[in-house]
This record gives sequence, structure tokens and C-alpha cells, in this order.
Amino acid sequence: MTAVEDAPATTAPEREVGKARRRKEDARLITGRTTWTDNMVLPGMLHLAVVRSPVAHAKITNVDVSAAREAPGVVAVLTGRDLADEQGSIPCAWPVTPDMVNPGHPSVAVDEVNHVGEAVAIVVGRSRTAAVDALELVDVDYEPLPVVLDMEQALAEQPDLCHDHLQSNQSFRFVFDAGEAGTGQDTEQAFAEADVVVSRRFVQQRLIPAFMEPRAVVVQPQGDNYTMWSSTQVPHILRLMLAMITGIPEHKLRVVAPDVGGGFGGKLQVTPEEVLSLLVARRLGKPVKWVETRSESLMSAHHGRDQIQYIDIAADREGNVKGLRCRILSDMGAYLRLVSPGVPVLGAFMYVGIYKFPAYRFDCQGVFTNKTPTDAYRGAGRPEATFAIERIMDELAVELGMDPLELRRKNWIKAEEFPFTTAAGLEYDSGDYDTATQQALQLLGYDELREEQRRRRESGDPVQLGIGFSTFTEMCGLAPSRVLGSLSYGAGGWEHASIRMLPTGKVEVVTGSTPHGQGHETAWSQLVADELGVPFEDVEVLHGDTSVSPRGLDTYGSRSLVVGGAAVVNAAQKVIAKARKVAAHLLEASEDDLDFTGGSFSVRGTPGTGVSIQEIALATFAAHNFPEGVEPSIDADATFDPVNFSFPHGTHICAMEVDTETGFVKIRKYACVDDVGTIVNPLIVEGQVHGGLAQGIAQALYEEAVYDDDGNLTTGTFVDYLVPSAADLPHFDTGNTVHAAPGNPIGAKGVGEAGCIASTPAVVNAALDAVRHLGVSDIRMPLTPERVWRAVHLGGDGGDRAPDRTNAQAVDSAQAASIAQGGDL
Amino acid sequence: MIPAPFAYARPTSVDEALQAIADGGEDVKILAGGQSLIPVMRLRLAAPETVVDLGRVAGLRGVREEDDAIVVGAMTTHSDVIADPLVQQWAPIVAQATETVADRQVRHRGTFGGALAHADPAGDLPAVALALEAEFVIAGLSGRRTVPAVEFFVDYLTTALEEGELLVEIRLPKLAGTWGMHYEKFNRVAQAWSIVAVAALVRREGDRIAEARIGLTNMGPTPLRASAAEAALAGVPATREAVAEAAAHAAENTSPSSDLNAQADYRHHLAQVLTRRAVIAAAGL
Amino acid sequence: MSQISVRVDGVDYVDEVEPRTLLVHYLREQLGKVGTVVGCDTSNCGACTVHLDGEAVKSCTVLAVQADGAEVTTIEGVGRDGALHPVQKAFHEMHGLQCGFCTPGMIMASIDLLADNADPSEDEVREGIEGNLCRCTGYQNIVRAVQAAAAEMGTAEMGTGAQA
Repeated sequence: MTAVEDAPATTAPEREVGKARRRKEDARLITGRTTWTDNMVLPGMLHLAVVRSPVAHAKITNVDVSAAREAPGVVAVLTGRDLADEQGSIPCAWPVTPDMVNPGHPSVAVDEVNHVGEAVAIVVGRSRTAAVDALELVDVDYEPLPVVLDMEQALAEQPDLCHDHLQSNQSFRFVFDAGEAGTGQDTEQAFAEADVVVSRRFVQQRLIPAFMEPRAVVVQPQGDNYTMWSSTQVPHILRLMLAMITGIPEHKLRVVAPDVGGGFGGKLQVTPEEVLSLLVARRLGKPVKWVETRSESLMSAHHGRDQIQYIDIAADREGNVKGLRCRILSDMGAYLRLVSPGVPVLGAFMYVGIYKFPAYRFDCQGVFTNKTPTDAYRGAGRPEATFAIERIMDELAVELGMDPLELRRKNWIKAEEFPFTTAAGLEYDSGDYDTATQQALQLLGYDELREEQRRRRESGDPVQLGIGFSTFTEMCGLAPSRVLGSLSYGAGGWEHASIRMLPTGKVEVVTGSTPHGQGHETAWSQLVADELGVPFEDVEVLHGDTSVSPRGLDTYGSRSLVVGGAAVVNAAQKVIAKARKVAAHLLEASEDDLDFTGGSFSVRGTPGTGVSIQEIALATFAAHNFPEGVEPSIDADATFDPVNFSFPHGTHICAMEVDTETGFVKIRKYACVDDVGTIVNPLIVEGQVHGGLAQGIAQALYEEAVYDDDGNLTTGTFVDYLVPSAADLPHFDTGNTVHAAPGNPIGAKGVGEAGCIASTPAVVNAALDAVRHLGVSDIRMPLTPERVWRAVHLGGDGGDRAPDRTNAQAVDSAQAASIAQGGDL
Repeated sequence: MIPAPFAYARPTSVDEALQAIADGGEDVKILAGGQSLIPVMRLRLAAPETVVDLGRVAGLRGVREEDDAIVVGAMTTHSDVIADPLVQQWAPIVAQATETVADRQVRHRGTFGGALAHADPAGDLPAVALALEAEFVIAGLSGRRTVPAVEFFVDYLTTALEEGELLVEIRLPKLAGTWGMHYEKFNRVAQAWSIVAVAALVRREGDRIAEARIGLTNMGPTPLRASAAEAALAGVPATREAVAEAAAHAAENTSPSSDLNAQADYRHHLAQVLTRRAVIAAAGL
Repeated sequence: MSQISVRVDGVDYVDEVEPRTLLVHYLREQLGKVGTVVGCDTSNCGACTVHLDGEAVKSCTVLAVQADGAEVTTIEGVGRDGALHPVQKAFHEMHGLQCGFCTPGMIMASIDLLADNADPSEDEVREGIEGNLCRCTGYQNIVRAVQAAAAEMGTAEMGTGAQA
């Protein structure tokens, strides 16, 4: 919990866990020696370019590819009709209810397009330029159909249909009722008996993961074997799903995720382009590559969030919460992708947050619209839940005239009450919300800022100051296979590792958890160095290639260290157990008399005797002098499947300046204290928190995928989809408390999503706190200056934004022609 | 993506450039810094037949002094403008506004003349040129002509440049010293275009504002002068209150667009707030 | 096709390119300089930043023909004699990268910034790298890295490698 470390009494090597090791990964990344998928070049490689639908909903009446086929350098042009019999459907692995409606998701549209950007045809060229040049030669006739964009209208009486072969626009309705589940009291009764009920409608705008490395795929056919390199988070899942979709036997398919430039859930997918690349490579017998442009990525890679949340909270006059009722509309977009329906369901169990609600009900409808499908984005379901509870707690505090922190304190689970089972049925493992909060208040300099707020308010300063809280927890480490099974998830949640002891004493660690920027190579090396007592530098971590790492479930849901790291630790312990037999043989002692410290076995009470595990590795390689009946290997595998999730928590506090004249908001200070359990590498943990904060703040202030009335994505480039730069984000003051997670041998809880889940409501609460006295009770995200100004001066929540592109992008093809005369910037 | 194919000409003199434009066919685009043109071509929103690259044309770069004006070559890059001592001395508002353009990489390539000739109403430099009452020197096959700023900006992305003509230099009057000046920009994120911005020049006579010139960015299809506010400022006491009162007229006769960043009514409001702030800063209040 | 002569990372090349070829595609596809990457199509992200005659530019917004006769330095050419550039080293030391996709461009922009401003404040660094987007780090450790590099380059005599 503190940085103070006792000096070790012996000469044992310094513990690696807890050390701010600089990352092993960096050497190649800072010198440009990285293997991005787009760097791959294979002899005879062909290039794919995708013709995409410019309309949101239409029948395809004709696709004329003749001109494109004749274009120079074009090898083939394939339409949905050409691939209809072999493309199957993009899989949805999470049928959240038995009666969930899945319309099926062709990789390339056959008869109908259902969102702008959907693939309609594929051009295969000898060069990327040839393929791209021929795109506009593909002539597609569309017969427009009504466009469904608004979830509430989509569920109204007699709506237009997103898929006209379906009966409605509802995919599923998922209900969790604590009263029915036996984890809480009857919700209706709790509300009927409550003194105070506060109801709000929150909008989780649509977001785009916007990983920096655009997606890319390379496929190499070799006889009836296929190797795919893809910029994916999930090579193992991808391999399995591609085998099921295409009929290529699983053992004939190898998937490699080389260096992957970020994912944030956006590369937790089986994408149409991966399927199409494989199908084209199979059909043509040639290696192929597909690389997307940023505009293609923003338009067609899956989006995130997009929910409407109707939240009711019940309490007594003293501020004791009595019940929580959540009705959620969750926009699936036009199709169900890998875990689209599971995203709101992951949130279902987190709406109660850290509070002791006696009654709870969650009722969620998944809705189809003619937009890009939604799926996992950093936090997946939990940011939505955290936002709702942390926003409604503030609204309740206002209603009761209580300090928002006092209300939270009154209702949160006390440190001595862990483990605590919530009304949502989850058993929270450990934590201390009060200590984290106290530390965060100090980091922020809370009292001075409250005083400044008072001064600004009294003087009527045009720039007002507000302070917002988010005291949150999340479920991490996806994870327990049995729990995932009970939620109808299509796979388990275990993770696999193996350790190979090389003759020279070096160690290869194979992990099934595939990183894309997190730093597994470094952190896993630290774990193994400690377990085996070998130097950090002697450990190499292998991953991301199904032929190297045959078993794994990859990286998402803050699971890598908690599940994958635990598997590594368990494998290391198996290595030690095997080595112990060899050591006993070599030292002519009983196994029971051996101590293992600092990488060496020694006979207890006999100083000076000893054999290191690295020496044992060589002895095992030679196998000349080996115990009878023991196989000559000390390598080991382990598969870890925890029994519960882990529950990181923390307190985030944002101080926000609001210019009431312009509506411009500026974060004055941001402080947070997170408890992510045992910290293996504080540098990496801090980095993960920073990055998460940036994305959570970006949801609050900057990012929104906006569609116009025809279903065109108007935030289709980085000019209009505002990923913040360094100049737009504040300095973060971060801290930690440490309560080790009891559910895994490391004690880690998970950190990848914490900052992103926690920060959004803190930022919005802060802005509202600054202008609440001016009559503002809500502002829609993102808090554009215009929305803030409208809310302050005209009331309401700031309303919709005009869907037209900004000036810089208003250059349509007709207008572009007029630039001709004028030169350019 | 990759631009569509085009013919490429790289003249080394203005005369060669004019000839290349004349010979370039139906759809010729002039490549100055390329920081708007190349993205538009990559997105295939523009697919010119010929691109005439001014990068090697002699004599279009740099700033020189000429009587009561400084003359900025059209191909002077933004970063050279910012660092130029003449600009800093005589037209510091140009340096101030240019510093807010995009980011340092773009400013290394983008040019003063290119930005003005592109005439994006969200661009920062047109309103500044308008407020400074800059003069635009235009070369054509038949010779040179000079156009005042008020006539240069004709419509959305449209200027007084006729087909086949080239903007070669821009004359900026030496106003600093007698005039105070300030550029007030409002946008959502650092490298974004202006939602609204205001270029204010103020000449004071003692305790009074003698004269003000106000250029508005992104308040219509072209940069605009806030004439009503200018008129209201003439002769008022140099106080914050008087400025605020006059600034309330800043949005009169403007016609801003409604887009993702702002609807027209909000832009109207911003113009007033930003004009007040810009004038107060320019007047040293 | 046009012929261009370019010096890239200290090596002279003479090549035929289509006029429409972007500098970044020339570097990646014709020279195999894949350390420089493409992250967007509107020159917002800065991942493709290289130095053109000593100034940081976005190589996705420069035509290869415009680099004719010029000197280009990429991330692969900033180190000297096998040693890392101080900015590269500082990104490693300060954990200024995670996935690393933005890193080459971020480092090239940072070196350019330090050539103009040898001792930037936190805000000056933030504004100096406003043309480079990072989705992983939240920028804080990048800012630290640039300031740490500035300190090291200041003590180790300015100018060495500041302008590659």
C-alpha cells in the first residue's frame, strides 16, 4: 500500500513484482522495427479493396462489375452473390436469451444492405492502387427502403423495420430482477414504499473505438493450409470462428496476431473483412492483403455504447437507498456481431455500483437500427452502468439536499463488510472505499477547490467551478467459465500458459492472452522471474500465434493478468514441482528436505549445497542422470479458471471549469485513487489508468458518432470524430490503495478498463456541479460547448447536434471542384 | 486512400506556372502546401486532371518591406510567417492567428497564400486579412492586378481569382504601433478548425476608441466584417462596458451555417462574446 | 511516372514514382521503410510524421514528387551509431508508449518540437504535439518523456541529433 520497501535481509534477488520495469516491448516500437500486419509482403500477394454501401437500407437490385473487371491490374471482382454459398454468417457468440433474434450477418451483402459502409463487393487487384482505382467502376443499383435510426421509434407501434424479414426491431429482452432471483427484495414494493423517487433518462452516445492502427489482414494459402495474420485482439477465438464459418478445418488454419496497434474492444471481433480475405485467398489460391483506411474504419469497424437509460432510484428521506430500477435500450446496429448483445448484459450486474441496494431490477431491450453494429468498447457495459448509478446518485443527493459524497458514504459497502453479495448477486471480493476516497480528496486539494467554487459563485464569475465524484467498482477478469455459461456466453473464460525451460536455463513463457499494447511481455517476465528465481532478462514471452500458443482466450475485459497471469504463475509452480524431483535426485536428498529460494534448491540445514533451476534445466536436457520413472522434462502447462470475477474499485474526482458565456468546459484538475489489487508493474498500471481516463473523459467531452437523417455517418473522419490530443487533456493525479484479490494467486484485480469506466460520470457530475445553481440538471454527452451553453441559457439537456459535417469536411465532390481555381493551403 | 491519377507540373517561375495552368486541361488544381488539397484528393473528393506544384516557383516565399506595407509571398509557409520579424513587428495578429492553424507539421507545409486562396470560411487567415484590409496581388497571363480583401473573398471556397490566375503575394499594411490587434479563436479541440473566431484591430485616441476593424471567421460563406459593431465602436469610451455594448452588434448581417459544432444561433452568440473579448484585448483594456 | 532523387536516413535513392504517390507510401512500399505508418486519411493523427529537410511533416500529406531533391529522416534514421536518440530513450524510460503505433510519429514530432524549444513547459509540450494522436497513453507519460529528453539533451549539449 505504500512505496516503502523493507531492505531484504538476505542477498536474495530483489522481487520483480512491484518493480517499475521498463518494457521489453519498447525496443522495437521506438525504433520502427515493428511487425504491423500492413508491413507484411508476400510473393505474388494480391490486394483487396471493398465496395461499401452509400445507403443505410436498400434492396440490391443489380451489381454490375464488368467495368471493374476490365480495369488495369484487377484480378477479380466478387459480389455477395458470388460468395453467398460459402460466406456463412459473422458469428454471435452470446445469445443472451433463448429467444434472441439474430438476423444473420453476411460478410458481403447479397440482397439487401442494412447500414452505410456495409460491404457490397470486393475488388482484387495486383496492387492496392489498382484495387482502389476500380472501386468506383463497380455499379450497384439500390432500391431504397425505410431507414430505422431512432431506438425509441424503432420500438413504437407499427415501426419501419430494420430487417423486413423480421417481425420487429427487437433482438432480445433481458431481465434481471433481484426479487425473482432471490438476491434482493421486491423492487416494485421498494419503490411504492419509498419517500423519494428520482427518475432520469441518460443517453450513452455512440462511440468508436478508434484504435490507432487501422485493421489489416493478410492470408497465405499453402495447399489446404491457411495462415492468417490479422490486427486482432483475439487470434484464438478468430481461428475457431473462421473454421466454423468457412469449413476450413481448425487444424488447417493458423492465425497470427503480430504487433497489434491497440484494440480497446474494437479488435475483439470476427470481422467481415477477415472472412472475405480468407474466402478470396482460398478461391484464388494466392496470398491476399486487406488494409482499411481510417474513414473505412470509422464507418465499418464496430462501434460502442449507444444506449438510452431510464433510471429510477428510491430512497428514504435520510438518504438510505431502497431500490434501483433500470430500463435500457441498447442499440445493436444492423447486425449482431461477436458479443453485441452481451455488452449491456455485462453491465446488468454493475448498476448497483458500490451501494447496498436492497432491491434491484434491470430490464434491457436490444434494438436493431440501420447503423454500424455495436460491440465491445473499453469497459463494455460497465461504463454505462457506472455512469447511470454515479449520475443518479448525484441527482438523488440534489433531491435530498445532501452532499453527494455524504450520500455515497451512507450507502456504500464498508471495508469490514467484504466479501459482500450485492442485490445483483455478485460477491464483491475486497476493498476499502472510504480510504480510497480520503486519499483522492487529498490528491485533488478538495477543500481549496470547494472554497474557490464558493467564491466564484458568490462573485458571479462567468467561469464557474464544479466538482464531480465517481466512486465506482467494476467486475474484471472475464473469467469464470461457469458464470459465463450461466449467462449463455458461447465460450469459457479460462486462460492457458506454458513454460518451457531451455537447456541454457533461459525460459520461454507461452501465454494464451494476446496483448496489443498492454505490456504482457514485461509483466509476465516479472512474474516468472519471481516464481522461478531466474533473471528478468532470461525470460521470453511468446504469444499471439495459434501455432506457438495453441490454447488461449486472448485479451479483453481486464482479464490478462488476473486470469492469464495467474495461469503463468501456476505453470511456474508446476515447473518447480517437477524440478524438485530432479533436484532431490541430484542432491541425493528427500524432496521434503529441499528449500527453493532465489532460484535454487538446497538441502535444509546444509549450507553450501544447492542446484539452481537453470542447472536443472540443463540436466533435464541431458537426461543422463535422472530419477527413475520420471519423464525428462520440467516444462509445464497450466489452465486457470477463477471461481469469481475480481472487483477493482476507486474514487475519481474531477474539478471542472465552465465558461458560462461560451459553454466551454475545461478540466481544472483530475485526481483518482484506484485499487486494482496487487500491482505487478506500477509503471504499466499507471499507464493503463492514464489511457483509460483519456477515453472516459473523451466520452464525456469530445467523442460521438453522429448519423444524419439518412443514416450517413457524419463523423466519418478524424476531423469530426474528435479523438482528443495532448493539448485537450489535463494532467492526471493518480494514486493507489492495494487490497489483494483473493481469487487468484497474484492478487491482481485488473486495470485495463478502470479509468475508462470511472471517469465519465465524474466529469459530467463536475460540469453539472458548476452550473447546477443556474438551473441545469443534465447535459447530454459529449458536453460540446454548444450543449453546455444551451443548457445554461435555454434549459434542457443541450439537445441534439446539427448533423451536418463541419466546414472543413463540407467539401463534397461538387464543391471540391470549385477549389480548382484557388490553390490550396 | 490513394489519390486518383493526375498529370503533374512543377514550374520554376510564375510565368511557367501560369502556362502550366493554362495547359493543364479542364480541372487544374494548384498545389501550394497541399495540406487541404492532398487530404481531399486522398478521399477522392477531388480528382484533378492536372496538379501544378508551386513548390519550386522562385520568388514566392518570404516577407519583405515595401513602403507602408509588408509583402508576404504566397508560398511562405505558416511556420515562416510566425517566425518572421517583419510580421511580428507590423502585423503581429497574423502571427498570432497563424499559430492557431492546425499543428506544427501542417504549419511547416501549409502556406499563407494557399490558405487565403482556399478561402475556407472556417480558416483563420481570411478574416485576419479582411480586418487588416490586406491587398491581394494576382498574376495572370495578361499581367498582374491587385484586389482589396473586401473584393477577394467572393463566396464559399470562392475568391476573385479567375480561371488561370495565381495569387502571388499579399500586402499587409503596417498597422501595429497605431493599432492594437488580437485574434480570439474558439474551437473544441486543439487542432480543430474555428467554430467562430474574431480578428479585432483597434485604434485608440486617448480614452476613446477611434476606429475598429473586426473580421469574423466562420460566420458566413466568406469571412465577414462585423460592420455594425465597428460602427458602434467608433468614438466610444475605451471601457469594457462600452465595448460589450458595441459587441452585441457583432452578429448582425451574418449568415453562419449549422453543423456538428454549432447551430447558427449559437454562432451568433459566440460572435458577440468573442468580439467583446477580442476588442478588449486589442484595445488593451 | 516521375523520377525523384531523395536522401532517406542517410542513403541516396533515385526512383520512379507516380505523381500521386504519397511520400509515406513511397517510404513504406518502395524503400521498405515500414517504421513510418499510416493512421488516417485527413492528416489529423500524425502517425506518419517524418522530417523533410529537417522539419516535421505528415508524410501522408506530401507527395513523393514534392520530396524530390530533399532529405528525409524517419524513425529508422534518428538513432546515431547504433545508439538511441535521447527522445527514443526517454519514451522508453518514461513509459511513453503502449501499443506503439503512434510512437514513431510522436517521436519525430517531439524531436522537431525540441529543436524549436529546448526546454518546453508541460503546456508547451502538449501544444507542440497536438498534431499527433495517441489512443493508449492519455499523453501524460509522453509529455514526461519529452521533458526528460529535453533535460538530457540540454545537459548533453544541445544540437546533437536535435535536428536529424
